[in-house]
Amino acid sequence: MTDDVVRDVFTAGLVLLSAFLCFAAGVGLIRFPDVLSRLHAATKPQILGLIAIVVDVAVANPSAATITLALAIVFFQSLTAPIAAHMLGRAAFRTDHFRRDILVVDEVSSRPGPSRPHSAKN
Amino acid sequence: MTVVIVIAGVLFGVGAVAALWRIIRGPSALDRIIASDVLIATAMCAIGAQMAISGHTDNLPVLLVLALFTVVGSVSVARFISTRDDT
Repeated sequence: MTDDVVRDVFTAGLVLLSAFLCFAAGVGLIRFPDVLSRLHAATKPQILGLIAIVVDVAVANPSAATITLALAIVFFQSLTAPIAAHMLGRAAFRTDHFRRDILVVDEVSSRPGPSRPHSAKN
Repeated sequence: MTVVIVIAGVLFGVGAVAALWRIIRGPSALDRIIASDVLIATAMCAIGAQMAISGHTDNLPVLLVLALFTVVGSVSVARFISTRDDT
């Protein structure tokens, strides 16, 4: 009996964690001022939310097939989500979709190379 | 358990509606792409939550397919938006 209760509590906790992350991402999307800071909100549920859910599913019924497929999902997502976020950030930076007044450190413009935004005359 | 379902449902719903709002209002295409990323991630987490709570794992491959959709979509638009053709 206690094993069931423990599993239920664990599943509920992880589901609530994932739900809160998606909620925070939604709020983050609304409140953050420019594209680069919205990237913060976008990537959170992709990784931690997914891991919470996949661990949940693995705990719900631990069988070999489920766990391997769950690992595959987490592996692909954590391999490809950073790539997508990086390309989005670079595209946002190059087409100047961010507010310079709240940009604290601008490491990219000072370095020579193609990735300086066009309008930056410095 | 039903309390958990109700709370999770409300949180997922508000997250999805916020992402949808950002898709509609987003000034630039990049906002729309980021918001659709969040929308798909929320859908994936919701499907996963439903699987975890009800105990079956039939639509685990759905999560895999959605994960790859998210990435291919945002990478293709990012390549389309960034003006220089840096192959």
